[in-house]
Amino acid sequence: MLQSYDYPEFPFRLSDDQRSGAVKHHPVIVVGGGPVGLTAAIDLATHGVPAVLLDEDHTVSVGSRAVCYAKRALEIWGRLGCAGPMLEKGVVWQIGKVFRRDRQVYQFDLLPESGHRMPAFINLQQYYLEEFLVERAEALGVDVRWREKVVGVEPHDDHVRLTVETPAGRYDLEADWLIATDGARSFVRRALGLNFAGRAFEDHFLIADVAMRANFPRERWFWFDPPFHPRQSTLLHMQADNIWRIDFQLGRDTDPEEERKPERVIPRLKAMLGQDTEFELEWVSVYTFQCRRLERFRHGHVLFAGDAAHLVSPFGARGANSGVQDTDNLVWKLKLVIEGKAPESLLDSYDRERVLAADENLKNSTRSTDFITPKSAVSRAFRDAVLDLAEHHPFARRLVNSGRLSVPASYRGSPLNTTDKDHFDSAMAPGGPCADAPVKVGGRDGWLLNLLGGRFVLLCFGDAPAEGQLEVDGVAVAPLMEGRDFVDSEGLAVERYDGKPGTCYLIRPDQHVAARWRRYDEDAIETALLRAVGRGGIEA
Amino acid sequence: MKLNTDPNIARPDDFYEALIALHRDLSEEQSRQVNARLILLLANHIGDMDVLRQAMNAAAQEPADPR
Repeated sequence: MLQSYDYPEFPFRLSDDQRSGAVKHHPVIVVGGGPVGLTAAIDLATHGVPAVLLDEDHTVSVGSRAVCYAKRALEIWGRLGCAGPMLEKGVVWQIGKVFRRDRQVYQFDLLPESGHRMPAFINLQQYYLEEFLVERAEALGVDVRWREKVVGVEPHDDHVRLTVETPAGRYDLEADWLIATDGARSFVRRALGLNFAGRAFEDHFLIADVAMRANFPRERWFWFDPPFHPRQSTLLHMQADNIWRIDFQLGRDTDPEEERKPERVIPRLKAMLGQDTEFELEWVSVYTFQCRRLERFRHGHVLFAGDAAHLVSPFGARGANSGVQDTDNLVWKLKLVIEGKAPESLLDSYDRERVLAADENLKNSTRSTDFITPKSAVSRAFRDAVLDLAEHHPFARRLVNSGRLSVPASYRGSPLNTTDKDHFDSAMAPGGPCADAPVKVGGRDGWLLNLLGGRFVLLCFGDAPAEGQLEVDGVAVAPLMEGRDFVDSEGLAVERYDGKPGTCYLIRPDQHVAARWRRYDEDAIETALLRAVGRGGIEA
Repeated sequence: MKLNTDPNIARPDDFYEALIALHRDLSEEQSRQVNARLILLLANHIGDMDVLRQAMNAAAQEPADPR
């Protein structure tokens, strides 16, 4: 059906493991080569951990699935060296507009300030995203095995054994750690018999991806009760190659088979786009959605991430974006555990921090769902009342909820954090994600997040430790001093971090703040670092 | 702040009359819409989430129809 994209074909290659007939053992196996699994494998490779990635398919994501990738996910892919082609191919946007009937009732700007390397969002078809991730994984030498389907999972106390089916038959292999990123219908999750609690929503939605030359701006447009689709909602996104994503709410009592027929879809599109607009249908599907999560994301030596661990409604782009943040949180911890520099219990903080994030995503996406698809007459009355009032009363515009778009979670209350003892006038509290800022390095333009990279960093404003690395029991911390290692060329790093002279931030490899102080104190740093790798005691 | 449930409206009968008059000649559906808009306007005027929660709890706890 897709005319605008040629699917790459990834061949099955008989692995040495399967050829040998012996059961080979690997440090980490990733199951599922979607955006989250690929990102996990790339992250492991950049950390020097050899990983095997198993995927049952032989190409990228078929058809149209995820579209919107958020700033934080792009920052992670930036750290992993693969954001370039995404930014080049993707459609950058930051403005959302909400209409009721034919009038605008609300507008939001997801990145009202400058001085960030990454945009608020890009829109990009998932197949392109995966293609770029596969290229990066292969460049890093990740052992990607296509057309290898996991058909058996046997968890043990200290490893996991898998049975895999390939075009050459079955073979077994073992891993110290298994990362399950095999999606909403995760085989690994079902094989372990885990409860995936939550609820299914009854409303049907129709996705039509159309190729057309259109004059809509590069913005997210959402209509409640538009003239071309009365009583329901519609969402419009621009994607690469002049492909437009149009998402029509259909309601509950619809026949998905009927609704996806071109003779049903085309009149809907003509009503919206005008009878004379020329377009071609690229992809049509009808979906419902579910909100669910595993109770725990760590089950011994099996770690769940992405849709395999949690499912949200699509409103807010919190699916793939949160999955990528899962592995961003997980991989550095796994590396320290594998190297014997952190106890296995550090991985429980993955569970704790990302369950907290999943709950935040579930809460936001469920709230949007309740606004977009009211479940009762009263719920609809309040929704309509908000929209009625929004036109003339500013307060009501803030209640209009067409999706609260993905932002990174702050790991408040995480046992890895060291509580502030000093006063800071900055949002970057322990547990929070680091903000970017433009910097100069040796006279050349750069970005603060690029300098942080994927390691522990001590970011210092003013007072700084001696040259070279700090090291505490084998865990290295790279000092990064404003004025010496980089210049805060626009003053935005000082502003965003409240970087008065003497201020130090201990930053984790996933670019979240572990601790911060108003002056350099080696003992305090040592204590905070041990806590951040799960070797400290609980804070008194 | 504590939800004020002591008399606070200077001329309560005037208020009550105006509230009923607001709904005169409206259908059930129209009344539901007006009530929803009214609640939202008043809630924003109050602003304090703690007070709003107390009001919601107080509203939910009144017995519906003792019979």
